[in-house]
Amino acid sequence: MNFNIIVLIKQVPDTRNVGKDAMKSDGTVNRTALPAIFNPEDLNALEMALRIKEQIPNTVVTAITMGPVRAADILREALYRGADKAVLVTDKKFAGSDTLATSYILSLAIKKIGRVNLVIGGRQAIDGDTAQVGPQVAEKLNIPQITYAEEVVKVTNDNIQIKRRLERGVELVEVAYPCLITVHSSAPPCRFKNAKKVMKYKKYYTVSEQQNENMNCISILDRVIEEWNASDMNANMEMLGLSGSPTKVKKIDNIVLVQKDNKLLTASEYDIALLMEDLSNNHLLGK
Amino acid sequence: MNVFVYCEITEEDAFAEVSLELLSKGRKLADKLKVKLEAVVIGNKIANPEEQLFPYGVDVIHLAEDKRLFPYTTLPHFSIITKLFQEKRPQVALFGATSVGRDLAPRVASKLRCGLTADCTALEIGEHTDTKTGKVYTELLYQIRPAFGGNIIATIINPETRPQMATVREGVMTKEIYDPNYKGVVEKLQVEHYISDDDFAVKIISREIEARKINIKNAQIIVAGGYGMGSKENFNKLHELAAQTGAEVGATRAAVDAGFTESERQIGQTGVTVRPKLYIACGISGAVQHRSGMEESAKIISINTDPNAPINSIADYTVIGDVNDVLPKMIKAIMNTKIKK
Repeated sequence: MNFNIIVLIKQVPDTRNVGKDAMKSDGTVNRTALPAIFNPEDLNALEMALRIKEQIPNTVVTAITMGPVRAADILREALYRGADKAVLVTDKKFAGSDTLATSYILSLAIKKIGRVNLVIGGRQAIDGDTAQVGPQVAEKLNIPQITYAEEVVKVTNDNIQIKRRLERGVELVEVAYPCLITVHSSAPPCRFKNAKKVMKYKKYYTVSEQQNENMNCISILDRVIEEWNASDMNANMEMLGLSGSPTKVKKIDNIVLVQKDNKLLTASEYDIALLMEDLSNNHLLGK
Repeated sequence: MNVFVYCEITEEDAFAEVSLELLSKGRKLADKLKVKLEAVVIGNKIANPEEQLFPYGVDVIHLAEDKRLFPYTTLPHFSIITKLFQEKRPQVALFGATSVGRDLAPRVASKLRCGLTADCTALEIGEHTDTKTGKVYTELLYQIRPAFGGNIIATIINPETRPQMATVREGVMTKEIYDPNYKGVVEKLQVEHYISDDDFAVKIISREIEARKINIKNAQIIVAGGYGMGSKENFNKLHELAAQTGAEVGATRAAVDAGFTESERQIGQTGVTVRPKLYIACGISGAVQHRSGMEESAKIISINTDPNAPINSIADYTVIGDVNDVLPKMIKAIMNTKIKK
């Protein structure tokens, strides 16, 4: 029997490198100016799955992402780095999903795969930083969760020992399968793409990609990245997208800075000496 | 339909600072909503919760004690909270955005199918009119947080579901005694009624907890470095200046991510929030996530090569220049003023 690991991954706008052109003149976010990347902690999660695969025979690592069709890019990247299978979960009905609706959808995809030993994902995605989807998927699947995983200390066919990174230290825990793990950025970084795998998988596309590109669908069946929509997973339509999301965005405020009465100084010794004297006279220095 | 706060027990068997801060916020929300404030305390042999919590204006303490409930593991705490919430139907439930709160709250929200907003920087009560249906909702919890890499501030609401849940980082809300003689009641929970053996699927084998060393939260003066510091070595200059001014060293997330310093020093939405009397921002451009953690500083000095850096607009003084040039000059100037005195 296979040992099944699901890795949950997300394509995110690279909010860490917000350049000057990331904001439009009207103060809204210019999404197209931000490159779409593999969420950093999901790469740590993939690496953890691949390390477990090295220790447990007959392990199958399946990467799942929920997102638009272009998110298939990170599924191919997961295959290049060592995942065995990939599934794109996509549907216009998913638009506007908050973490609760997202975790419902991901839990359906995991259930559709069948018997699963481990579900592994990054602790949080950099576009929201909520860290909610992991624990919520675990709840939907009714399995235990291990958050902030840093290292797999021991893994057998029956259970796993994980070192967790807490705010002030570490904790070693043990749990039997199935369980869900969220991986902290302090875990080992992901291995690089494998050239042979790039050659093998670069022509793997989802059905939607083939249609969008007007490719003549001659691809052999096993060269296809699986693609599931809401009805493929027998989803309850009320639990998807906006209607399945209890959180609503009431309003969005663009950041407007209030200009203070600002004293501008140069880096000259004279200016800095005056500044420090000013601070000292105002009792601002010292405890 | 009251306001509930999950009160976390620390390694030192005390209540977490963030929980006390949330009780203070919770009391204000409860007063506005004209309801009670209830605390949920889950652990093992907790010393005097009444004495410690009632002064914050707590009306009811729900106390669950069992030797298996400390140290924290997810499932037993999750089972107690979800069943308690199903019984008591709170309208607002607040959790610290700690490694415990961020592990627990999402699972609770999933089970109860209610909305949760992480890392809120403000909580208010307000109303809402649904533009489609025209339905008016009163007394909703506005959950306010920076979003999308901090380029926008979002106000999130949960019109239909209860409880309205939020997590908040330590230091965001202000801890204050409501009434030193305030008295509430303690309701002891029959733990066996709430948990089952299955809740102990995760076993803790060992723990290594470090003492809290760095304390930037209570520092009066903070010298903080950003990505513009350039290197770990340059961060040493911040420590030099800090030593001369009685300051603590802080950092932005970018500086922490770049490995310039420890994550305990991170200030901002995903770090700690500080309100020192003086904040010296060195090589910090001033993304909103960072500003939200320091903008209430009494005096702000920005040192930056970029005259248009966003931080400058909230600074009282801006020094245009390279931090590695300016910092030694500042240190020298301080030595000189000290000699004069």
